[in-house]
This record gives sequence, C-alpha cells and structure tokens, in this order.
Amino acid sequence: MAVTEQPASPPTFSDVNRVVLASLRTPGTLYSAWMCVIGLLLAAFLTAWTYQIYIGMGAAGKRAPQMWAMYITTFVFWIGIGHAGTLISAILYLFRARWRTSIYRAAEAMTIFAVLTAGLFPLIHAGRMWFAYFLLPYPNQRYLWPNFRSPLVWDVFAISTYLSISTIFFIVGLVPDIAALRDASTGWRRRIYGMLSLGWEGSDDQWRPYRRAYGLFAALATPLVLSVHSVVSWDFAMALVPGWHSTLFAPFFVDGAIFSGFAMVLVLIIPMRHFFGLHAYLTERHLDAMAKLILTTGLVLTYFYVCEIFTAWYSGDVFEKASLFWKVTRSYAWALWTMYFCNCIAPLILFWKPARTSVPILYAVSILVLIGMWFERFNIIVPGLAHDFYPYTWGIYVPTPTDSMIVIGSFSFFFLLFLGFIRVMPSLSIVEVKETLPPPMKERHGHH
Amino acid sequence: MATTESRPIDGHGTSTSIVGVFAHVDTTVRALEDLRAKGYHDLTVYTPVPVHEIEDVLERDRPVSPVRLFTLLGGLTGTVSGFLLTIWSSLQWSLVVGGKPVASIPPYVVIAFELTILFGGVATLIGMVTLGRLPRFRHTAAYDPRFSNDRFGVAVHCAPDRSASVRQILQTAGADEIKAAS
Repeated sequence: MAVTEQPASPPTFSDVNRVVLASLRTPGTLYSAWMCVIGLLLAAFLTAWTYQIYIGMGAAGKRAPQMWAMYITTFVFWIGIGHAGTLISAILYLFRARWRTSIYRAAEAMTIFAVLTAGLFPLIHAGRMWFAYFLLPYPNQRYLWPNFRSPLVWDVFAISTYLSISTIFFIVGLVPDIAALRDASTGWRRRIYGMLSLGWEGSDDQWRPYRRAYGLFAALATPLVLSVHSVVSWDFAMALVPGWHSTLFAPFFVDGAIFSGFAMVLVLIIPMRHFFGLHAYLTERHLDAMAKLILTTGLVLTYFYVCEIFTAWYSGDVFEKASLFWKVTRSYAWALWTMYFCNCIAPLILFWKPARTSVPILYAVSILVLIGMWFERFNIIVPGLAHDFYPYTWGIYVPTPTDSMIVIGSFSFFFLLFLGFIRVMPSLSIVEVKETLPPPMKERHGHH
Repeated sequence: MATTESRPIDGHGTSTSIVGVFAHVDTTVRALEDLRAKGYHDLTVYTPVPVHEIEDVLERDRPVSPVRLFTLLGGLTGTVSGFLLTIWSSLQWSLVVGGKPVASIPPYVVIAFELTILFGGVATLIGMVTLGRLPRFRHTAAYDPRFSNDRFGVAVHCAPDRSASVRQILQTAGADEIKAAS
C-alpha cells in the first residue's frame, strides 16, 4: 500500500506554499453556483424541520414500530463517513503511510463535518429538541434515572469524545499551516490568521512538544475510532430484535464505516484535485491506494453479509430465519438488493488496475458505495423493526416529504461546511506535504 | 516583529541574538554542529517542518519531551472519573433489576474507556500548549516570515561581544543572510 516512488521532479517547499495559497483565491462562478444550490437545500431543510416541530413526529412518518427509520439511518451513515478521516489521520500516521499526507487534511475536515451533521439527527429525532439537554446525565435535579447500562448513553459519551478528540487533532494539525498563511497574507486576514495560529513560529522548542503530542493524539484516536462505531453498533446489537442481536455487529459496522468513508473522501478530493490543480500532490498512486482500500473493505463487508445470512440460517432460530426471509423477498427487498449490488458487486471493478486510476470510474463507484452504505443502515433499521417477533408489532414505514427533505438537507449542511472550509483554510497540509518531499540540500548526498 | 527586547542570560547582563537564514538542511546542520562545538548552546532553530537531521543534532543532550506525562495523568484521571461517575450515580439513583448488581461494572467500562481517551487527549493538548509556551501574542525578535515557507533559521543568543565570532561561524557554514535581531 505504501507509495514509495517520488514524482519525476518533486515540488519544492515554496511550491507547496504557493499551491495552497492559490487554493484560497476568490472562487469562480461554479463555486458560487454550488453554494446557491446548497443554500436552497438548506432552506428547505430548515422549513421541513420547522414543520416537523410544529406538527409533531407524525410529520416524519414515525409510528410504531418504525420510530427510528430514516433519521437513525442517516445518523449512523454520517458517523460512519467520519471514520475514514480518523483512519487516514491517525492509523495511517502510526503506520507511516506517506501517501496519506496529501489527503489527510480534507479527510479530517470531512470527519468533523460528518460528525457535526450526524449530531443534528438525535436533536431532530428527539422531537422537542429544546429538551436535548436531558441527554446530559448530571446534575440530576430532573429526577432522571441515568442508566449507564444503556447503549444509548454509551453513544452519547462515545460520540462526544469522538467529536472532541477529532476537533483537537484537526486544530493542532492546522496550527503550523495557519502560521504559514499568516506570514503570506496582509491586513485583516493576517490578524485573524495570526490569532488562530497562536503565534506559532516553528522554533525547536515548539516543534518538540508538538511532535510528541501529535503522535500521542494519533495513538489515542486509533482505539477511539474503533470504539465509536462499535458503540454505535451496540445500539442495535444489545437489543433483542432478530437480525440485530449479533456479536458480528461491531466489526461489521467499523468495516462498513471505513468503506463508506473512503468513498466520501474520493467524492471530495477528486473535484478538489481538479479545481485546485493538485495533480502533483494527489497523484494516481493516491487514487490507486484509496481504491485498494475501498476494494478490501468492500470484500470484508461482503464476507460479513455472508456471515449474517449464514448465522440466521444456522442458528435454527425461527425468528431469525423469518426475519431474513422477509428482508430478502418482501416489502424492502429492493433496498436489500440495491445494497448488495452497490457494496458487493460495484467495487469489484477495482480489481482491474486501470479502473483504480480512472477518475470517472472511481467517482461512479464511490457514489454507488455511498448509496449502498446508506441502504445498509436502512436495511438494518427499517426491515429489522418491520418484522420482529409478533405479527401485531409488524409495520411498514413509508418516507414522508418532511423526513426525506431533512435527510437530503443534511447533505447540504455537510457540503456547506466542507466547501466553506476549503475556501478559508489550507485543504492540503502544508507541513505534512513538505515533510514527504526531499529536504532541500546544498550538496546532494543520500537522505533518508 | 519589531520588538527589540534583549534577553538576559544566566544573570550576566544583556544578550543579543544573531540570526542566520539558511536555504538548505545540510548547511543548517553544519552551523548547529559548529556552534555547539564552539560552546554556543543557547540556540533557537526555526524550521518550516520538523527535520530529522536537525532534530538529531538538537535532541542529542535533551531529555524526551514530557508531553506523555500529561497524557498518562489525563488518561488515568479519565478512567477513574468514568468509573466514579457511573458507580456513584447508580448507587445514588439505583435501578434495581431482578437481583442483579446495582453497579454493574462491564457496561461501565465503555464509559470509562471513552473518558480515558477524552481526558487523555485534552491533557495532551494542555501539555503541548504549556510546554510549547503557546499562545504567543508577539513574535520573538529572531522570527522571520520566511521560516514558515522554505527557509531555516538559527538564532544564537549570546553576549554582544561574541557576535562577530557567531557571525563568522554562520557565514562559514553557509548562511544566506545574517542579521542581528536585537
């Protein structure tokens, strides 16, 4: 997976600064057009949410037993998206995979924005979101009975920790880069970047604790990222619903999260590479490496699907078997087969080397993977709840315009944050990209 | 940038800072080796990125940065507070279920784990900020904006009467530019 070869004539340190600064120029009409689309979708999102608050949760198609439906589907989807960012920024950092340097800033930004987007859904789903503070366990004047045995409470802790640590990691990585922006800008921008850079100078007494701390953040984030999606999966696996109650869920969710996260990274960096002219930094080898990761995690996911089906059959449990049979053949079968196609069949084209470096194919596969992974969560939640133990608890969920608009609007919220970010902050890590370049030497002798 | 405070060193009067601006790593390393050989140890090195060759020279006689102590203490605090929070609150507001223990440890491990990471991370941040003496509201006199782009800086803090000799060393090592910072 390591990208060892250097490009023909490697860029110099000042080239890196120049390219990154160029990405912060006033954007063109295409960017503004996208922002307008996003703004409109966001307005529709807020309208739908307001309508739901006014009418009640019935407006979102929620009725027993389908109380989770698309909101929790989309919540899990966005949390999952975040995972690839931490994988790239922390795990691949610890493995010293050098190809990560040019994508990690964008991926880390994606993580934070995805988790923020996911964070909207518990609030939206809570209905009366002004009581959201009930989720905070203490102090207990409200006579709540905090139940730390509940996976939903673990979830609150896991996701708030994940958001906090990812944000710290991200901001710490940005500090030296903002210092470079500060030194290259003038006027009010210089003042703002100056404040944000904390007066960073790159002196040896700053780099020393910085480097240590960075490694420690990576070491902390690595078990964290594995734990977060495991905890999210336990929201399901701890319940007794057929198809949910499985020890398979934690690795199954973590793998799926990385799979969809890498697809989202590709969806974000391929246009960035094109519009910012980053071809020297995001080379075909980067695309190839990410395609291989998508392929690998996709194959692992296929294995998990097979396990899931095998377990249901081999358990001999009548409810497990009935639930599986219903999923594969009845009301939501189309969703299940869409998922199998997008997650198991579509990535197989990446076995073919030219496909791994072809931008249109990669883009198409990534989008299919995102669709497939959204449906995966849908297929766990909706058909799972639709057909459990007793016929009197069975029930179909049909999306309404309100919750569909909120789900679509969450994408606009995410893209608003991401597109806003790449306008004002370096979307390529100045420091880390320079670190992978050969350091400037007066006399050419072998460097490490 | 324009501050011209002089730094007192070891109690013997004022000092001056001589800054050498280098374009290359090997010349910077040579300057550092020469300066240390001549007994100049009060150096500040500015680099756009951390460079192994330079760190190898600087770290030779320095202990490992104590940031990891912050992480350890923060992490342990997190573990302890995770268990304290869960056990205390389940004893305070009991959910008694069918003869099962009121404080059930296995599920509380999840909370304790998350708080270990959270407190460990926050403590690491605090460690990094305090040890790196951030935030700094004013640049040190020796700083130059080129040091965040593609130049390396070696600032030698010495008594004013040694400045000629320092300039000589920096010059011989291959500095592009030498200036007095205070």
